Amino acid sequence: MAEPHESQTEPAADNTVPAGDVAAGPSLEELLKQSNKPAKFDPDAPSILTVDNLEMYFPVRSTGVIRRKIGDVKAVDGISLSIPRGGSVGLVGESGCGKSTAGRAITRLYKPTGGSVKFGDRDLVQLSNRELKPLRRDVQMIFQDPYSSLNPRHSVGAIIGAPLRIHNMVPKNQTLKRVQELLEVVGLNPEHYNRYPNEFSGGQRQRIGIARSLALQPKLIVADEPVSALDVSIQAQVINLLQDLQKEFDIAFLFIAHDLAVVRHFCPQIAVMYLGKIVEIADRETLYSRPNHPYTQALLSAAPDVKQAAIGGRRERIRLTGEVPSPINPPSGCRFRTRCPLAREICAKVEPPLMQIGPHHKVACHFAGELGNQPHDPVTARMLGVDNSGNPDPGATPTQIEDSPEFSDVWFDLKERRTVKP
Amino acid sequence: MSGSTGQKLGGETAQAVVDTAAPSTEVASKSPMQLAAGRLRKDKLTLVSLVVVLLFVLAAITAPLAVHFGWIDPLKSALNLTDEFGRPKDKWGGMSMDHPLGIEPGTGRDTMARLWSGVAFSLFIALSATMIAMVLGVVLGIVSGAAGGWIDAIIGRVIDLTLAFPLTLMLLALASTGLIMVEKYLHTPKGNPTAAVYVIVVLGLFGWTGIARIVRGQVLSLREREFVHASTMMGASKFRLYFREILPNLWAPILVTFTLMMPAFVSAEAALAYLGVGVNAPTPTLGNILNESISYADVVPTFFFIPGFTIAAIVVSFNLLGDGIRDALDPKGHQ
Repeated sequence: MAEPHESQTEPAADNTVPAGDVAAGPSLEELLKQSNKPAKFDPDAPSILTVDNLEMYFPVRSTGVIRRKIGDVKAVDGISLSIPRGGSVGLVGESGCGKSTAGRAITRLYKPTGGSVKFGDRDLVQLSNRELKPLRRDVQMIFQDPYSSLNPRHSVGAIIGAPLRIHNMVPKNQTLKRVQELLEVVGLNPEHYNRYPNEFSGGQRQRIGIARSLALQPKLIVADEPVSALDVSIQAQVINLLQDLQKEFDIAFLFIAHDLAVVRHFCPQIAVMYLGKIVEIADRETLYSRPNHPYTQALLSAAPDVKQAAIGGRRERIRLTGEVPSPINPPSGCRFRTRCPLAREICAKVEPPLMQIGPHHKVACHFAGELGNQPHDPVTARMLGVDNSGNPDPGATPTQIEDSPEFSDVWFDLKERRTVKP
Repeated sequence: MSGSTGQKLGGETAQAVVDTAAPSTEVASKSPMQLAAGRLRKDKLTLVSLVVVLLFVLAAITAPLAVHFGWIDPLKSALNLTDEFGRPKDKWGGMSMDHPLGIEPGTGRDTMARLWSGVAFSLFIALSATMIAMVLGVVLGIVSGAAGGWIDAIIGRVIDLTLAFPLTLMLLALASTGLIMVEKYLHTPKGNPTAAVYVIVVLGLFGWTGIARIVRGQVLSLREREFVHASTMMGASKFRLYFREILPNLWAPILVTFTLMMPAFVSAEAALAYLGVGVNAPTPTLGNILNESISYADVVPTFFFIPGFTIAAIVVSFNLLGDGIRDALDPKGHQ
């Protein structure tokens, strides 16, 4: 059905990138720098969506006639984050860490098994599908695969018009006009409303998907790897389009991706996930320059750096061995310990809390510290009320560790090992 | 169904220099179905079978008219054309200008008239049974795939049971009871109408399993596609989800199954007629014409071959058409 057919034209002008440069293969970062500046982090922006301790477990059933539940895939196991109004939060992690599931649980494509997702004063987790329908306008999603996210049997007009019709956004006779407006907004030719998805390229299809999600004028868009299926040059265009839209319509984004360069450009605040949990969350500058979790450090060291390649320098790569453990039976204590170069006894016994270590920086590690500067004894031991090898210490009094989705004004200073208030 | 990863993303770089102002009217927009129709047009064998199928359909539609206007009369016997043993007096089974395909031994009825009406009755029975089976199969398949859980399990077991049922035996054994029940509950006139309805109902009620399984499988795979999630995201109702988003993607298997089920039911009708179930002479169907011709196979071979050949032509042309449609709808499937 999808063979490129002869008479296909290229209807849109994706003219942000000079075509000549593409063959030479500039990096994504260079392409991105040509136009938009990365968004700034605004710590005072009010929150539009607050995810608190969200859990998404999928039951594992035995085979046979009586399908007994024998366990859970803990795809998302208690994540908390807050998305500021008109801002964007990046969610990164390797394949299978649960970031897409988190996005789908937040948008209620799945019904979360625990936690809350507060949008305004309503908890999306508790709402039934019917109660959810009006809220669908405010929370939309952009999907990863532009080839499967558009129904091949519907014309572009029908695809973009569907949300308008379902929610009665515009009178029936004006649907077409609105569809054409939306096509123009995303940089496609408005005359192409009667074409079918098979007549468009990947980037154009992704623009159609974006137009569809814009149709309801949402306040929040969960973008589930919106560019990972696209060419590098097209990635830059789509990212820039998303940034323009964000500015123009004041849309907040939860940006799920595995590409650190893309997230760095798009998101002023970034959360790193590993096996269903957030291991580190910080503003962009802090996360990229001073990552404190060994997993974040490993991730960043694996990302190619053009600047260093240009001067011939090579960064030391941290190689993680082994594979991601099964989320059905995650390791005890810290989930990263099976692959962590710093892992010690305490890591198997006690789970490290996600503690705040800077004004906009939280990390979940017993040995949190900048690369090459990690502490020799666990920084968390005292507040958890255990000794350095993780055994309960009767003399110690555990401190209450606040695990709120927002950043607090009080944090734990790693160097001085005490709670500080600025 | 589209599995469109074949389209390369690299095309975009070229497109960056293509002007938007390029007149869009030059290229007509083509839906997936139109693309398939284009591929179908290039397939000679399928086109030939399409023509043959259309001829049979045309024959079926015109048969009642032909009878009405007196061009043919499948019931008029002409005993003067047969000898004392019932054999046609003329050579070649009594072929002449008046009777191009000869006459029926014994009664002297015109073979062409009987065949023409027979095609109409047979295709009507096959089409009705196919429609029942398709509607049942598609609806139950969608419900099964969409609902999952115990509903899916129950429908699955019903399919297994239906497939395991000895259909032919049951048709034979229960024919008399079945006929009485059809008469009683559906209020059909006694005799051949009741017999026709009985065959239709039984074929329809036992023929839906294949398409139900295909549809269920397709629904299971389609509902994990992102465009279905996108539809959920918009707050679309379940009905919209399954009948507006998913059903249009099922037309290919539905169409193919339809073209394969029709000939299967035409031959099923013939087989049942041979076993004595179904519409009886003098009302002609391909089945009972063939059934009667068998006893004359050695004496009047032309009369034996004509209905057999017609059934074969219907089955082969429908099957080839189905194959061709499948190839056109899914060009990557069979190469």
